[in-house]
Amino acid sequence: MTDVLNDRTTALDDARFAFREELLSSGQLIGTSVPGIYGRSGSFEQVIAGLDRVLGETFSSLGATVLRFPPVYPRADFERTDYIASFPDLSGVVSSFERGDREHRELLAAREEGEPWDGWLDPTDVVLTPAICHPLYATLEGRLPEGGAVYDLSGFGFRHEPSIDPLRMQSFRMREFVFVGTPDAAQLYRDTWLDTSVALLASLGLAVDAVPANDPFFGRAGKMLVSAQLRENLKVEITVPLYADLHEGTAIASANCQRDHLTAAFDIQTADGETAHGACVAFGMERTVLALLRTHGMDTESWPVAVRAILGL
Amino acid sequence: MTAVDTVRHVIDKHGKLKADVANLAEDADLYAAGMTSNASVNVMLAVEDAFDIEFPDELLSKCTFTSIGSICSAVKGLLEAAA
Repeated sequence: MTDVLNDRTTALDDARFAFREELLSSGQLIGTSVPGIYGRSGSFEQVIAGLDRVLGETFSSLGATVLRFPPVYPRADFERTDYIASFPDLSGVVSSFERGDREHRELLAAREEGEPWDGWLDPTDVVLTPAICHPLYATLEGRLPEGGAVYDLSGFGFRHEPSIDPLRMQSFRMREFVFVGTPDAAQLYRDTWLDTSVALLASLGLAVDAVPANDPFFGRAGKMLVSAQLRENLKVEITVPLYADLHEGTAIASANCQRDHLTAAFDIQTADGETAHGACVAFGMERTVLALLRTHGMDTESWPVAVRAILGL
Repeated sequence: MTAVDTVRHVIDKHGKLKADVANLAEDADLYAAGMTSNASVNVMLAVEDAFDIEFPDELLSKCTFTSIGSICSAVKGLLEAAA
């Protein structure tokens, strides 16, 4: 395993490392021995709570059904998506001990010797949720009501990608507003709520921009998927420049047309029986707070009055 | 088996088309015939195996895999370059 904290090769790596140090020394984040796994301070959580409330208010006219799922979901549902084909390197499968006393003694003996003991563990029937809409889609099999359906989701996602960049956490919260319905309605939903989201984040003093983007598909096969995603303009990220001219901007939210990607996998149909399309607007909660800390400073008490007012700080 | 036959065979096995590959014109749009992006990835890998070639990054795009003809011409180009 590479040491991401010490293998810094670019000025951007150094800038990200410096920001990470600033977050840790100010106490906003609490470091652990694994890059990308952090504790959050009370002050950090106050901003998360304020952001959560503002997002709920901004999207209230959708009349979305509020649903919350835990940060793990059934492996059988995960199998119905092609996540392991597209993102094997980001995946997380939960393992546990499912053998007997004898194997337990062998495990303990290996551990006593300082040897690896995880070979005695087996994959369980749950995986870490990579994107919080996946558990939702898994529950929607069948026909949707006329006009489709809208859901308000929030929860922890997991991506195995240890990084020096404090915005690239391995375990992080998302708030996501998902539409499923006809293809035209899904496209309209994405475009409309993208604009609303950009305006909301700009009102918090963030220098946001909306740019076409692609998911980090794995390997050579991934190159083909990227080319299709970009050409069809399926993913738009809302980015904020955090490191001056070292980097064009870091994504804090995205608005996506999933087309029939997940709806076909889970056999979700419109009221007319056609394969439904999905669209979503998703906010990286920690990423947004980190962008605010980078923009307005580590001390939330000294943030601009207007920003504090919106967030209820 | 000609190159076209081999490509048809690969698409039949991996393309997950709704249409019958045997009756598909060489210039017919495979995506319009129901091939998904993910199926096209499997077609790409199987074509590489069948001809023992490797598509360079610049050919790893939707255009290369849009029809039986476009796949065949990419394969032909790579085989000639290797000869």
